[in-house]
Amino acid sequence: MKAAVITFPGSNCDRDLAGGFEAAGIEVSRVWHKDTELPAGTDIVGIPGGFSFGDYLRCGAIAARSPISSAVLEHAQKGGYVLGICNGFQVLTEFGLLPGVLMRNAGLKFVCRRTALSVSTADSAFTQGWKPGDTVSIPVAHHDGNYTADAETLARLEGEDRVAFRYVDNPNGSMGDIAGILSANRRVLGMMPHPERAIDRAQGGDDGLALFRALAGALAPA
Amino acid sequence: MEEPKITEDLIAAHGLKPDEYARILEIIGREPSFTELGIFSAMWNEHCSYKSSKKWLRTLPTKGPQVICGPGENAGVVDIGDGQAVIFKMESHNHPSYIEPHQGAATGVGGILRDVFTMGARPIAAMNSLCFGEPSHPKTAHLVKGVVEGVGSYGNAFGVPTVGGEVRFHRSYNGNCLVNAFAAGLADADKIFYSAASGTSMPVVYLGAKTGRDGVGGATMASAEFDETIEEKRPTVQVGDPFTEKRLLEACLELMASGAVISIQDMGAAGLTCSAVEMGDKGGLGIRLDLDRVPCRERGMTAYEMMLSESQERMLMVLRPEKEAEAKAIFDKWDLDFAIVGETIPEDRFLIIHGNETKADLPLSKLSSTAPEYDRPWIPTPAPAEMEPVPQIDPVDGLKALIGAPNYARKSWVWEQYDSQVMADTVRAPGLGAGVVRVHGSGKALAFTSDVTPRYVKANPLQGGRQAVAEAFRNLVACGARPLAATDNLNFGNPEKPEIMGQFVGAIQGIGEACTALDMPIVSGNVSLYNETDGTGILPTPTIGAVGLLNTLDDLIAGAPVAGEIALLIGETAGHLGQSALLAEVFNREDGDAPPVDLAAERRNGDFLLANRALFTAATDLSDGGLVLAAFEMAQAAGIGLTLESAETGFLFGEDQARYLVSCSFDQAEALTVAAGRAGVPITAVGRFGGETVKIGGSEAPLAELTEIYETAFERAVG
Repeated sequence: MKAAVITFPGSNCDRDLAGGFEAAGIEVSRVWHKDTELPAGTDIVGIPGGFSFGDYLRCGAIAARSPISSAVLEHAQKGGYVLGICNGFQVLTEFGLLPGVLMRNAGLKFVCRRTALSVSTADSAFTQGWKPGDTVSIPVAHHDGNYTADAETLARLEGEDRVAFRYVDNPNGSMGDIAGILSANRRVLGMMPHPERAIDRAQGGDDGLALFRALAGALAPA
Repeated sequence: MEEPKITEDLIAAHGLKPDEYARILEIIGREPSFTELGIFSAMWNEHCSYKSSKKWLRTLPTKGPQVICGPGENAGVVDIGDGQAVIFKMESHNHPSYIEPHQGAATGVGGILRDVFTMGARPIAAMNSLCFGEPSHPKTAHLVKGVVEGVGSYGNAFGVPTVGGEVRFHRSYNGNCLVNAFAAGLADADKIFYSAASGTSMPVVYLGAKTGRDGVGGATMASAEFDETIEEKRPTVQVGDPFTEKRLLEACLELMASGAVISIQDMGAAGLTCSAVEMGDKGGLGIRLDLDRVPCRERGMTAYEMMLSESQERMLMVLRPEKEAEAKAIFDKWDLDFAIVGETIPEDRFLIIHGNETKADLPLSKLSSTAPEYDRPWIPTPAPAEMEPVPQIDPVDGLKALIGAPNYARKSWVWEQYDSQVMADTVRAPGLGAGVVRVHGSGKALAFTSDVTPRYVKANPLQGGRQAVAEAFRNLVACGARPLAATDNLNFGNPEKPEIMGQFVGAIQGIGEACTALDMPIVSGNVSLYNETDGTGILPTPTIGAVGLLNTLDDLIAGAPVAGEIALLIGETAGHLGQSALLAEVFNREDGDAPPVDLAAERRNGDFLLANRALFTAATDLSDGGLVLAAFEMAQAAGIGLTLESAETGFLFGEDQARYLVSCSFDQAEALTVAAGRAGVPITAVGRFGGETVKIGGSEAPLAELTEIYETAFERAVG
């Protein structure tokens, strides 16, 4: 059970994401973006939040072209798990591992607040600890979290039950209130909210821990 | 390139007075070169030299068993036990923020973060204290939007949680907003890095971003009053790059861990000049710089421009020569510039070479140690006139007026634009009292607050100075933290006016007395003078940033009141309405005296609260807005109603000091009352929490209606 958390220059939630995995007992290696290989035996790649390369181009665009990117793509193509949070979600859309794009928030302002999320599907290693319709409280903090895709993509996401989380009270204008989506093989999750900021009651709530625990369960050797 | 001739106009344009120029001639025994004139101007302006304030700053208490390093370094260092230290400072970026709000505020945040991490600390919390003009003033909404966006853009991308601060509005800030940025970091107490160079022929290394022409003359601009030519000063504002700053942080921390650093200093105001002089002066050494090796962003930069550039995200370091390859590899990893630009020299010289020419050759120790120091004439602030009588007011109408005013409305519009959660250690986010973050990987936590009530300071600088410290003390106590130390950011008008200097002297005295009585030494700080536009000064605004320690999270007082609980008021209420929020917001009056601050009562009541935290559920301090505002904020945050029995305006809205409101069960209330009696602490049951209505005296309103006013007023005014 091994996670690899990638650090790009400008990542600032890499330590936090490693803490999320570790809270569920998952062993974490930290990987620098100029590396070209993942550590042997990596089960899941974590792509953290932050402002990779300053977000001076499209958010996530430069990170997706980093030296480590081909190893991450290869890992995903072989059916490996990938979790991208916030800037990590933006990177996953730039990789092409997830469809759609994260546009500027509808309110045009950065928004940091605790949000209620509705779990849309329990059919994934990430969300199997919940039941569909469960409501969880997890913070968001982003300037570009407005999930946008064409009608056909949205229909396919809905039809294939690939929306993982929806906002109960949409903070950013995302289509379909979408807060997180899964890949077609359900092994890549991108989400704007930060479950790693909700793993301990001292942080104001620990609803996010269930995601990391569910992963630890899924990755445990049979 | 030929340097301009030194003329009277040129000297004046550098902000140097004729007697100051005469002193330069005396020191060097010849006419200075243009570059040298620039260097003197940078070192001797008010912002860098504290020439008007030094005499009074020396009177502040700066020592204590908890203090590892007081004022004089980049930031103060305070022991938090277990071999760890908190490093913090607050600094103004007022004039740049008025000229260009987004970049001015952003670079203010960047500068204070560098002050903290240049000492070896990882920043773990930020706050900012912002003062703007009247909401109706045509510039205000633009400044609020730009400053808040700028603060957020820098702190959010850098990755430090912004956990507290203040936003206030007053017409005296119409032409001169205030942006005071605070940052705190964490380091091992035995791994603090200082600025004093040591050893001769040691390489002086330039780190970080390249040097451009931005900010040339910024520190001199910050030490001048504003007038109608302000727009022409826009090019003196620097541009911030939080992405580079984040890389610089990580690279510097790796570099420090490698053992390569002898001393290090960030390039802030007056950039290369100030940082090099500081390192040499503190180490009793000279410095030689070869400007041909400085990484430049633009071609054809002169020595003058390089020495005075305030380009951001740069550091200067004295390197252990045997570690050069290792150090360079770290900066290559982070794609940052690393260039050896000079060396330490044994003689007392600041020698600047550019294009094989000597551009400056000055006695280094004279640049800071002989900076002018003034004992400016001052007159004590006269006692305020007797206050006119205050009419009684329907208490719920008074509450509505307060929470409908942007000064007292909920400010989530502001703080939701700041990432308050990054680093995943935030225990208490902005909104109610002090912000609290965990000391990563330990059971401890640190609390942060920034406070001042400028109306009080104007009416009575001594009491106002005391009150700013006392309120900071109470905010820390009310979240369960033991106050440790403070930083002061002193914003005043033109010190050449005796009445302004009188405000400064009075406020410093009050701050000093309170810091001594409450055992909160001042460990760092910043003075911002000349906050005037067209001859009118701001309200004197000595912002106090303070830090408290929670030895365990069990000490945290974070609970919200529970329906059915009793509201108990700790401390004595005389009904002081002079200079109150009620007068200002409801009656449009600013008369009367500031509330007197009894420091012994502050100490006693604060200690009582900390000693009895098992006997209440929730607590808050009382400040401007008095009992009514404190009780409403507490109830509103818990989503429950409130009943206060009194209908008396002075009791409800008075701003007497040394008071807290706590929420208790019936049994707790009984025990707390007994304990208070024993400790000689006044305590009064004033009402209870619960229901869906706010009832005060004989009047009432639904909580939902008040919440609507409270949550929308700010955005309606300036959003």
